[in-house]
Amino acid sequence: MAAPVPPAAQSAAPPRRAAGVAGVALLAVAAIVYPFAMKALDAEFYVSVASRMMVYAIAATSLNLILGYGGLVSFGHAAFLGIGAYTVGILITEGVTSGWIGIPAAMLLAALVAVPIGAVSLRTRGVYFIMITLAFAQMLFYLVNSIKAYGGDEGLNIRVRSAFGFGLNLKDDLTFYFVVLVCLAGTLLLVHRIMGSRFGRIVLAMRDDDVRAEALGVPTFRYKLVLFVIGAALGGLAGALMVNQQNYVNPNVLHWTQSGTLMVMVILGGVGSLWGGVVGAFALLVLEEVVAAYTVHWQFWVGWVLLAIVLYAPKGLVGLLRRAAEREGAAK
Amino acid sequence: MSALLEVRALRKRFGGVVATDDVTIDVREGEIHALIGPNGAGKTSLIAQLSGSLLPDSGTIRFAGDDVTRLVQHARVARGLARSYQITRLFRSFTALDNLAIAVQARSGSSLRFWRPVVRETALADAARALLDEVGLGARGDVPAAALSHGEQRALEVGLALATRPRLLLLDEPMAGTGPEESARMVELIERVRAKTTVLLVEHDVDAVFRLADRVSVLVNGRVIASGEPDAVRDDPEVIGAYLGDEVHR
Repeated sequence: MAAPVPPAAQSAAPPRRAAGVAGVALLAVAAIVYPFAMKALDAEFYVSVASRMMVYAIAATSLNLILGYGGLVSFGHAAFLGIGAYTVGILITEGVTSGWIGIPAAMLLAALVAVPIGAVSLRTRGVYFIMITLAFAQMLFYLVNSIKAYGGDEGLNIRVRSAFGFGLNLKDDLTFYFVVLVCLAGTLLLVHRIMGSRFGRIVLAMRDDDVRAEALGVPTFRYKLVLFVIGAALGGLAGALMVNQQNYVNPNVLHWTQSGTLMVMVILGGVGSLWGGVVGAFALLVLEEVVAAYTVHWQFWVGWVLLAIVLYAPKGLVGLLRRAAEREGAAK
Repeated sequence: MSALLEVRALRKRFGGVVATDDVTIDVREGEIHALIGPNGAGKTSLIAQLSGSLLPDSGTIRFAGDDVTRLVQHARVARGLARSYQITRLFRSFTALDNLAIAVQARSGSSLRFWRPVVRETALADAARALLDEVGLGARGDVPAAALSHGEQRALEVGLALATRPRLLLLDEPMAGTGPEESARMVELIERVRAKTTVLLVEHDVDAVFRLADRVSVLVNGRVIASGEPDAVRDDPEVIGAYLGDEVHR
């Protein structure tokens, strides 16, 4: 990857660590209060808007694991979202409405499909890896298009959303919000722990120089494949939530433009930083809303923003925020 | 007694170019075996085949009695066959200490641990710290690898290979691009290393080679034209004609 890589193993200075913990706690409180505040303000619409953003945040974070931390530029990540979404959609159509079955099944299936895709793609590198992941995703896109039993190109409506028992039903916007919030928090915690573990250190080392890692005895192919599969499973989770949000899924979830959107989110937010996917997803979706209010050609203007980020802030918005915070800290 | 590394009739061609032409070499346990030859003689291609990143067209490589000709690279490392690189390959965004910790971890296997923070694994850090001292970088542990001087990077390069606890260390031009003082330090390092491991040393610095090596093989156009004690090789007329010339006969 051409982008300069941040120091991977910064020693976490205690004050910075404490600030990080405080920041996360604050964010958690805000996320819990938010839907009730919106209800009080009679702006419940914004609860489901936030849910949608968090679903995208999970998707972008799952891609960031592969693309950002792994340095593997996968251009077919939408395939795993699509598999997750269709797994839940088809299960519900067939009468299996339990979320306890649907969501794990979505993740498992996405992971299982990622094994052969990864096993083939990861034998290539660079542009070839980009193209071959794209090719696999497009194959699945056309495959789903042709399955007439489940809507084909018209997509699949689901009558009910996943149910979790205990009176928890995703049909309720508030419940859905909190389920998504828990999933997002779990995803972030998982990524954080994985990247701080033995496995994560090898992943970061491979991003620096995978030839050297192999020469030190690391079975690099196996590591990349495991990383790819974990990212795919988390993508499947995002897809499973997405179909519940929209009561509908169509083959466009698997389209390459969707993979492109996820990549834009990751680059915008911060390649290889924990919050990059979250910040990128929120920023892009907000930007889209705001600009779309003024012009139908919103993509043109969003393009300029992306260009500016790539040229002037290769570490994305998270990098910008971090730099601003450090300047603040230095000024004190 | 059979040698630690036995290379028999190894051949590799790239299109019309024969990079390795019927190479047969023995590296005995405990020795420093130097491989010298002019640029383009096929030294690096040979190292690549021995270490497993390049498959030969024919011939066999036996290591510690086992045929490893078709074994993948990381599996050879696990058996104790490690290499360093002529062009420094470090984990540039990590500190010098963490570079070694990664190498120690890679050697210890079982890195498919996904949850426990690796920074709390003091055993890895301790082993890395010891290696850091061994390669003479004890005071430079917290410096990012990319910020080390060239000589320090060369030392760390060798340290990474050492971290795999090799039985045979393939050193690919460890003195490449170093100044006289750094070269002298590298010679000292290799002297220290020999107590623990066998070394196959590819090197351009002929003075260093004849100082360090127990035996020398000369590679020219992919062929071994001489192999033996340094003095015998030095006086071999074919070697003088093809490579050494008057470089050592002043």
